[in-house]
Amino acid sequence: MSKIETKDLNLFYGNFQALIDVNLAIEEKMITALIGPSGCGKSTLLRTFNRMNDLIDGARITGEVLIDGKNIYEAGTDLVVLRKKVGMVFQRPNPFPLSIFDNIAYGPRTHGSKSKAELEDVVEQALSRVQLWDVLKDRLESSALNLSLEQQQRLCIARLMAVTPDVVLMDEPCSALDPMATQRIEELMSELKKHYTILIVTHNMQQAARVSDRTGFMLLGRLVEYGETPQVFTNPKEIKTEEYITGRYG
Amino acid sequence: MRKFREAIIEKTILLNGFACILFVVLIFVFLAKDGLTLFRTIAIQDFLFGQIWSPLAEPPQFGILPLFLGSLFVTVGATVISVPLGMACAIFIGEIAPRWMREVLKAGVELLAAIPSIVIGFIGMTMLGPVVKSLFHLPTGLTAVTGSIALAFMAIPTMVSIMEDAITSVPRTYKEGSLALGATHWQTIYRVIIPAASSGIVAAIMLGIGRVIGETMAVMMLTGNASVMPKTILAPVRTMTATIAAEMGETVRGSEHYFALFAIGLVLFGITFLINFLADMARHRKKK
Repeated sequence: MSKIETKDLNLFYGNFQALIDVNLAIEEKMITALIGPSGCGKSTLLRTFNRMNDLIDGARITGEVLIDGKNIYEAGTDLVVLRKKVGMVFQRPNPFPLSIFDNIAYGPRTHGSKSKAELEDVVEQALSRVQLWDVLKDRLESSALNLSLEQQQRLCIARLMAVTPDVVLMDEPCSALDPMATQRIEELMSELKKHYTILIVTHNMQQAARVSDRTGFMLLGRLVEYGETPQVFTNPKEIKTEEYITGRYG
Repeated sequence: MRKFREAIIEKTILLNGFACILFVVLIFVFLAKDGLTLFRTIAIQDFLFGQIWSPLAEPPQFGILPLFLGSLFVTVGATVISVPLGMACAIFIGEIAPRWMREVLKAGVELLAAIPSIVIGFIGMTMLGPVVKSLFHLPTGLTAVTGSIALAFMAIPTMVSIMEDAITSVPRTYKEGSLALGATHWQTIYRVIIPAASSGIVAAIMLGIGRVIGETMAVMMLTGNASVMPKTILAPVRTMTATIAAEMGETVRGSEHYFALFAIGLVLFGITFLINFLADMARHRKKK
């Protein structure tokens, strides 16, 4: 069974249809990339998996999104449970204006009070996983806003690890970073895929080609092509995909 | 020619800018000149810590401690009432209310700010006073508490509009980040949004307090105007502002009493200056 599956998914913002009949199956513990030109609906699609689109006035959905076989748009779905399981990393690093420690401890504290000792363990593990522990362990009490952008983005990933999700959604996680930082975050992603199912939306086709196992190409709200990354990039089935990949538009 | 015009306009604007500062300085100098004259005849500690304000007695006594405590009681009371109400209101407007209701509420709050203080005093006197009187079984309904309640309603609009600005200017990404971690809306509000807006909230509280301390007309009507040392907040008190307003008309210009009233003005000026300064500090702390 696929980790995430969409069935005839349509999404409307008022009268505008942002997603059209999307059928997609995402496999567990792989990196799946969504590519396509601006406004093609790739971020919108990503945000249906943790129901962040609910925050937008007038957003409406038809069809199903199954995660572990369960439709998350069914009435009575617990958003807290869903978002604990399906975490998100945003385009711009968005650490809270709190200390480094409190940023990581935010999730665990939110989901039931834990003792100081427990939280310290969680913080150490989460920061180690994103290779920040050695750098930051002596200044956990200083503000997270003083970190470099790359460190902030790592911190946001660590903050997510602390709530032990299954699925990690990444919405252009490197677009605010320089090439070196981007490369290091990509290495981190390959490392994380052992434990998590990762979906990444990216503008950067090279990035999709480098890090992902599967790639979906979207255009004007439709999923045009979806398959193994090497196949999509070297031997696309659809002419539109080929045109995009060879840089004819987008 | 165009350059000349530019220069004239620039200089005029510059002059206007400095005019504000000039006025403040002039007011301060004027206050200080007359206010400090008092201390030629009265010791400063007798003025600040004296427990009897009795300018018409023989010899007259100018201890402002009862007046200071009157102001303090009324201000603290008003703060205790207005801060939770104002915060709840600001959070509701900024975070919870749907858009159409937000517009209605904001307009309503601004309208509340536009009510003249004499009208608040009038309503307080006729409606609130009797309620306080019967509720606490008091000989009179005109007490520190009555003044506090009325002043709280005068401070709330100032607080709400500044707090609401602070809350809505919290970056959207904080909210999204918190919700995406599985926090509920309420958890997001009190664990991310309020801390992120805290400097603006503190500034709003300070400015609200500043408004309360300086208010005269409503407190004069509502607090009972007894210049004695207040023992409880349910006793009549008299604030510093009300004292100046009530007595300035009956003093002889140049008398000790006249200078004493200016000295009270100087103390008030100092207090509001300090509060504005603290509010400013709170507001700028965020930018660092």
